[in-house]
Order: sequence, then C-alpha cells, then structure tokens
Amino acid sequence: MIGSRNYWPIAAAVIAALSAIVVLPAIYDEYSLLQLTIYAILSVLALSLAFIWGYGGILSFGHAVFFGLGAYSYAIGAINFGETTIALLLSMVIPGLFAAALGYFLFYGRISDVYLGAITLTVTLIFFNLASSTSGPEYRVGRVPLGGFNGIPSIPQLNVPGFPDWTLSTTELFALSVATLALVYIGLRLLINSDFGRIVVAIKENEVRAELLGYDARKYKLVTFVIGGAIAGLAGCLFANWGGFTSPAVFALGQSVQIIIWVVVGGVGTLAGPVIGCVLIQWLTNSLASLNTVNNNLIMGGILVVVVLMLPQGLVPTIARLARGRRPVQRLDAATKGLGGASTKSEARA
Amino acid sequence: MDYLIAVGLEVVSGIASLVLISIGLAVVFGMMKVINLAHGEFLMMGGYATITAANAGVNIWVSILLIAPLVVGLIGLIVERFVIRRLYGRVIDTMLATWGLSLLFIGLATTVFGNTTAGISSPLGPVNIGHVGVSAYKFFIVAVALAVIVALYSLFKLSRFGLVARATMQNAAMSSALGVEPPRVYAATFAIGSALAGLAGGVLAPITGVVPSLGAAFVAKAFITVIGGGSTVLVGTLSASGIFATVNQLASFATTPVIGEVALLGSAIILLRLLPHGITGRFFKGRI
Repeated sequence: MIGSRNYWPIAAAVIAALSAIVVLPAIYDEYSLLQLTIYAILSVLALSLAFIWGYGGILSFGHAVFFGLGAYSYAIGAINFGETTIALLLSMVIPGLFAAALGYFLFYGRISDVYLGAITLTVTLIFFNLASSTSGPEYRVGRVPLGGFNGIPSIPQLNVPGFPDWTLSTTELFALSVATLALVYIGLRLLINSDFGRIVVAIKENEVRAELLGYDARKYKLVTFVIGGAIAGLAGCLFANWGGFTSPAVFALGQSVQIIIWVVVGGVGTLAGPVIGCVLIQWLTNSLASLNTVNNNLIMGGILVVVVLMLPQGLVPTIARLARGRRPVQRLDAATKGLGGASTKSEARA
Repeated sequence: MDYLIAVGLEVVSGIASLVLISIGLAVVFGMMKVINLAHGEFLMMGGYATITAANAGVNIWVSILLIAPLVVGLIGLIVERFVIRRLYGRVIDTMLATWGLSLLFIGLATTVFGNTTAGISSPLGPVNIGHVGVSAYKFFIVAVALAVIVALYSLFKLSRFGLVARATMQNAAMSSALGVEPPRVYAATFAIGSALAGLAGGVLAPITGVVPSLGAAFVAKAFITVIGGGSTVLVGTLSASGIFATVNQLASFATTPVIGEVALLGSAIILLRLLPHGITGRFFKGRI
C-alpha cells in the first residue's frame, strides 16, 4: 500500500468521519459522546507516532513530550489570552519548534536506534521531573501558575476563531475531534503518497542508499519529526480541552509507552492500524477499569508481549494478509541465526 | 573538612549504587545487544525476594546476597527461554517485548503484594566521621559494587566460560562452528545479568523500600548509564556511572534532588550527542 497513489482510504476516511459526526450525536447522550471524543483525540496522537515511526523509522520513546507540550501550551495560552485561536496555534507551534530543536540535535548528530531511544526517553523524564517540581507560586507563565504535580485546572474551552463567546459544546468538540482525526489521516496519507513521503520511506528502508542517491537523510528525518511533533501537540490541545485540565502525567513514561503499544498492536507501517490499536486498547482499558478485578498493567503487558511474539507486524497488516488469502510470512528461527544482525554491524564498524 | 568527606562519601556511594543498578543491564546489552526494559522490575523482584525472605526469618545478609540474585536469576532464565530467545537480533522488538514484561511484572507484583511500600530496616546503623553521621550501609553498597566488578572481571577475563562468552559475542557463527552452543551462552549470560539486577534490588531494598512500581525509578537511569557507557560492559558502566552519579550528587547538594536528577539526565544527553556510541564507542575499545 505504501507509495501507491490510491485514494480509496481517503474517501473512506471522509465518509466515516462525516457519518460519525452526523449520526453519533443523534444516538448517544453527552456522556457517551465525551467518551467517544477521547478515542478520537488519542487516535490523532497515535497517528503522529504512526507517521514518524512507521514511515520515518524514528522510534521515539518520549513521544508524549510533544503531546504534553501541546496541552500545556494550549492551557497557558488560553488562560492568558482569553481568546483561544492563538493558544490553538501555540499548541502546534511550540511542540513543533521543540521537535525541530531536538530533531536537529539527534539527526544532525547522527544518533540512531537505541541511542535515539535513550535520549528521547531521557527528555521525557526531564520534562516530567521539571513539570512536577513547579508547584511554587514563583513558577508561572503570564497569569498562569504551573501548579507542579497538580497541573493547571479550569482550562477554557476552544472558541470559534474571532468569536470569544462562542465556545464549543460537547457535541461540537466531538465533531471537531473527529474532523481533526480525519483531516490528519488524510493529510498524512497524501504526504506519504507525495514525493516527500516516498523519500522518507526510502530513507527508512535504507538510509545509506538514499543518501547515495543524493537525499539528505538528516533533513527529511527532521521534517518528519517536526510534523509528528506538531500533530502530537494538536492532540494535546484537544486533550486539554476534553478534560479541562492538564498535569505532568501527560509527560509520564507510561503515556509514551501507551502510544507505542497502540502502534505496535495496530501495525507499524500503517496509518489505519494505530488508530484501530488505540481505540481497541483504550476501550479495553476502560472496560477493565470499570470491572476493577484485573490489574490493568497485567493486561497491557500481556498484550504487548503476545503481540510482539505472535503478531510482530501488528493486527492490521496480519489481517490484511489473511484477507488476501496468504499465510503470514514465517520468520526464520531467530535463535539459530544467533545475533547475526548485530554481529555483522559491529564487524562493519571495526 | 568533615563536610567534604561526607559529600565525597555521598558521591562514591552514589556511583556505587548506579553501578549496581546498571551492571546487570550492561552485561546483557554488552554481550547480547539486548536491551532488557524489564530490568527495573528485576530489581523490584529482587527487593521483594529479600523482604519476603527476611520476614520469613532468613538471615538478612543471606536474603540480600544469596536469595535475591538466585530468585531473579531463575526468573531471568525463564524470561530468556520464552521471550528473549525468540527475538534475538531484533533489538527494537526485544525492547518492546521486555517493556511489556515490565508492565506484566508490575501488575503481578501489585496483585500479589498489594500497592503499598514494603520495607525492612537497614541492618547497619550510623557511623560518625568527625561530626558528621553517615549510614554504615553506604559502605556496604560500595563494597558490594566493588565485589561485583572484581567478580565480573574474573569471570569474563579469566574463566573458560568468559572466554566462550566473549567469543560468542564477537562471532556467534564462528564459535558455533567450533562447538559452542550460542543459545546456551546467551541463556547463561542473561541469567547472570538478571541475577545482578536481583542483587542490586536486594541491596537497595532496605534504603528505598519496595513498591511494585519501584522499577520505573531505576530502569531509565540504568538504561541511560548503559547506553552512555557503550557496549563495553565494565569500563563503560564504571565510567558512565562515575560521570552521571557525580553530576547528580553535586547538583543535588547545590540545589534540590529534582534538579540533581535533571542534571544527570541533561549530562547524559550531552554525552550521547558528543559520543553517539557511548563512552566506550570512542575510548577504551576492546576492553571488557
């Protein structure tokens, strides 16, 4: 599917989003709509990692940083300015800028693989530590105290640009979230099908070869990372709207793990997969939380282990292959190969 | 003067703790190129093993130095057999699977032990250096860290197992052709790494207390230390621990523990930017 100029997924997304916006508010009460809204918001977040990891080959262990920055930027902007249009823009610009700075540092330093994972993980921890320790009254941006571990409460709802009094109702926030999800999906799909997207995928497949063909891998990775960061920030903005508050928990390691689990379960290298993975896992988490019998960590951990071992490509690619009537490709028994991949790499370096 | 000694001791024991926390992960990463993100939970289980044994009447030193590493080493063996072995050569998949294991173990521990802090009192009281009282247990931590380093050096440099293990690490196919079974070497190495994590958990249990989520506090630090050190197990861990713990302790003294933590993380980022393959990717190549 990668790189094919095939537009049916876009049409499907438009139809699905429009019907959801029209039909669901008619069937469900406000509380259920609010529940559905969070699925859409988190799916946007899932898409952002699906893009930079599945297509850009950049596995960030700290993707929640951009989500959290988006939420905080929106909160601070909205309370300070009153009118939320600038805050909405800030929630994408600030994570995007931070992604640009971090990405420049990473990609122009030629940092990859585990080392990239270590640094992104470290950045999350720094943000979590710093945000948690801002409880004093001296930590404030404009009129907004950062609130340390308690976070920022009573964040104003988004208003229609230019009409500060027209704030979004629950139904309108739902419609906006679903529309955002569809637009982000379509935007990413078009981007992946563009020349830029093809080069990004080519770099993921074989960075050396792409560079020998004259493409600056660093630049393309950086742009990919910034786009992913800005989308995650947008999700953070919607999240702050949804809950009306934000706390350092958005920067927590667990939040970053969640996003990775969604993408792994749904299928790395697809866009629809992570959305499905996100909805599935969130639905499961909610159902289990209401049951209150089984520990949530136990289930999440079990799912992650089983998926990596049994469905290494994730749900959507596996189902797609089964639907086409082919069995999943059998992997060579990794144990007999030993550490082939790792040892050839170190030989090449020596 | 007394104050300086106390600060110096804090720094040394900080380095020793960081060495203990990361050495198990370093062995597994250095020898097998596997990042075990359930490492923190291995420490946590070592802590629970120690506390459970001590509460059951076992001598506290036996619980710390023997029971914790044995129990966790055994768990490591099982984990290697059923998860790690199936993912060799797939670094990212291994990280994801062990991350899943980490959540799984947190869930299990919460179910079994409950979400409360279990603790045992420190078996050693304070000692006075001049006018400053210091916990004698800190000396014990330093001693254990030193013993672990000496033992690992002997094991990998002087014993036959060490020779075979290093050969397998360098070229699995070649050593396999010479009659070594790489899967068995990997299993043993992983068990050793897990046992070291268990030992660290046991040693730290009297200080930190044990909760199911304890691992999260350690795994990131251990991960960063190991990656910062690079793939050379002992030298890498020692040098990275030395740098990070010194930065952490001095910054903590100067400001607050939170800023100390942030300074540690910040120095790790700068170090990895300057040396993208860790300290031993540039210096001390070819050592253990």
